[in-house]
Amino acid sequence: MSLFEVMFTGVILFSIGIIGVISRKNIFVIYMSLELMLNAINLMFVSASRYFHSMNAQVISMMIIAISAAEAALFLSLVVLLYKRKGSLDADIFNKLAQHGDKS
Amino acid sequence: MNIYLLWIILSPLLGSLVLGAMYLYSVKIKKISDIVFAAIALVTPFVSFIFTFMLFLKLYNGSNDMRYTLFKWLKVAKFDVNITFLADHLSVFMALFVTFIGWLIHIYAVGYMKGDEGYGKFFSYFNLFLGMMLLLVLGNNPVIMFFGWEGVGLCSYLLISFYYKDAQNVIAGNKAFIVNRIGDFGFIIGLSILFIYVGINGFDYVSVQQHIATVPKPTLSLIAFFLFIGAMGKSAQIPLYVWLPDAMAGPTPVSALIHAATMVTAGVYMVSRFHFLYSLTPAIGEFIAIVGALSSLFAAVIAIKQRDIKKILAYSTISQLGYMFVAVGLGFYGSGLFHVFTHAFFKALLFMGAGAVILQLHHEQDIFHMGRMKDASKIIYYTFLIATLAICGIFPFAGFFSKDEILFDVFASHHYILWAIELFTAGLTAYYMFRLFFTVFIAPKSSKRIDKPETLSSVVTYPLIVLAIGSLLCGFIGVPKIMGGSNFVAHWFLMFGDEDIKSSGMVEFLLMGLNSIVVLVGIYIAYKKFAIIDLNREIKLSGIIYNKFYIDEIYNMLFVKNLQKISNFIGKIFDRKFIDGTVMMFAKSFYNMGEFVSILQNGNVRFYAFSMLLGASAFFTYLIYVMG
Repeated sequence: MSLFEVMFTGVILFSIGIIGVISRKNIFVIYMSLELMLNAINLMFVSASRYFHSMNAQVISMMIIAISAAEAALFLSLVVLLYKRKGSLDADIFNKLAQHGDKS
Repeated sequence: MNIYLLWIILSPLLGSLVLGAMYLYSVKIKKISDIVFAAIALVTPFVSFIFTFMLFLKLYNGSNDMRYTLFKWLKVAKFDVNITFLADHLSVFMALFVTFIGWLIHIYAVGYMKGDEGYGKFFSYFNLFLGMMLLLVLGNNPVIMFFGWEGVGLCSYLLISFYYKDAQNVIAGNKAFIVNRIGDFGFIIGLSILFIYVGINGFDYVSVQQHIATVPKPTLSLIAFFLFIGAMGKSAQIPLYVWLPDAMAGPTPVSALIHAATMVTAGVYMVSRFHFLYSLTPAIGEFIAIVGALSSLFAAVIAIKQRDIKKILAYSTISQLGYMFVAVGLGFYGSGLFHVFTHAFFKALLFMGAGAVILQLHHEQDIFHMGRMKDASKIIYYTFLIATLAICGIFPFAGFFSKDEILFDVFASHHYILWAIELFTAGLTAYYMFRLFFTVFIAPKSSKRIDKPETLSSVVTYPLIVLAIGSLLCGFIGVPKIMGGSNFVAHWFLMFGDEDIKSSGMVEFLLMGLNSIVVLVGIYIAYKKFAIIDLNREIKLSGIIYNKFYIDEIYNMLFVKNLQKISNFIGKIFDRKFIDGTVMMFAKSFYNMGEFVSILQNGNVRFYAFSMLLGASAFFTYLIYVMG
């Protein structure tokens, strides 16, 4: 497998992740898409490391895995809390930050 | 010695301040007795008068012009104005009778205004009026003159609408102020043009006079014309005379002060002050003379049909001012100022006499509701008679010499039409003044008159006696040479370089005789018609003359209504729709833009993510593009 193919796979995975974040409503699916993006990045780092015979990128990818594990714990607990609050996992419901300008 | 000059002006101005402060104290905190106000109000003009008289004596003994510089007022680049006061023959002559007659009117007012709730305020304004007039007269440059010029306008407004509780009086005050403003507009334009041409070399009268020849001829005429518009407003000449009759709304001492000592003589003084300018523009001078002649005739014609005692006197003032303008317009400044001087005496006396009659009759002003006032008070009767004879120009009263001199000058300078108008006006003057006199004092009593006229205190009547003596004697300072006099006035005003008109004695005597005959004819007609008039019969006056040729109505229709329309248009339509509309349009558009931006802030996570994607894509595209 050439570097290009691996990289291309990573880009495709990343794009799928982005599209997932943008187009899906379910918070779980959004989270999964985020993880997908992270892993696409990991994949690219690892393959680049191998191609250039350098360990630097591998270190970074290890760190990303560690952080995303921690993030998973946090995110899942957040999702539980959100569900408790609204009884739904639809991302569009959680829009408290919207600017509801008074239309006078 | 020169510091006297400062105190002449400062004394009434300070008096005004002190009286004003005391009045406020008296109203707000603790009542101050009227006597205190009266004492202060009487001292200040007297101080001015004494100092003026000292300066007069000094000039009389051959002293040069005196100046006193108080401080440098303005210095902006080449614009350099000092507060300097000037005492030369002209200004001291004016200041002398202004202070003297002003002082007498103050005394009179002490009695006239007795018991008025605005007693202190009245004298505060009165002192201010006198101070402003002195500022106008004694200023050494046109800027100070303009300052005083505006000051007397303000004071006339304050005093005319002194009885402010009656809306009519307030309207009269406004009218005086606004009409004067039109004149002042002309005055300030004239001054500005003058300054542009000669202001670089200093702007006091002497420097202006020295450099006046550098101004191009047409511009000079323009300046002269615009300055005269100012004089028209202040001195109530056609077409800006309309405020003066309405100014009668004020208390009678105010009328006396406006007509005799201050305000209206300012225009004549200004033209005399700028004599070097007007002598270079004879065409404008002739225009002034024509306006003066027409005003004198016009006002005299209106006066013969009026029934309000003060209005008649007001029109007679316009008429007499016309005489003065004829004289100064044709370059006879000495004669014109002589008439200003004598007029001040007899006109003050007439107004004060009329005021006394009005007081006696509890504010009745219709002459046809009077009659037989001769019996009520001998002093008023005789003094009023003297004043009437003086204004008509009967030998040897004051008006005879001054009016005769003007008529002679006009005749001798070959302005026969103006002369004829003035002669005719003299006849009319005699007629309407004696119409007033006979109706009020001689004719049988009207049933509408109250039976027991009030007796007046001596404060009111004594100034009348002083002025009557003045009206009787002051003409003798200008006895023409031909009658064996030395003509002091002509000598005094040698500075103007009046044309010395040579005439055979016969002509002058003939003219005097002719004048006297015309005047006597006027008096005779008035006697026939009014001495035995039955005042109980309803006297109806109507017609175009009684209605003052409908001038007020015409002005109203032409100017006031249209101005009102324009103001309404600007205020209610232009301002609301256009100005407000434009401003609100900007405000609205910013608001709408804000609304548009706030759509982005919608709280939708996925939308944010999408915008981030777009932004990142754009950024990376750019990077790729740049880095190639």
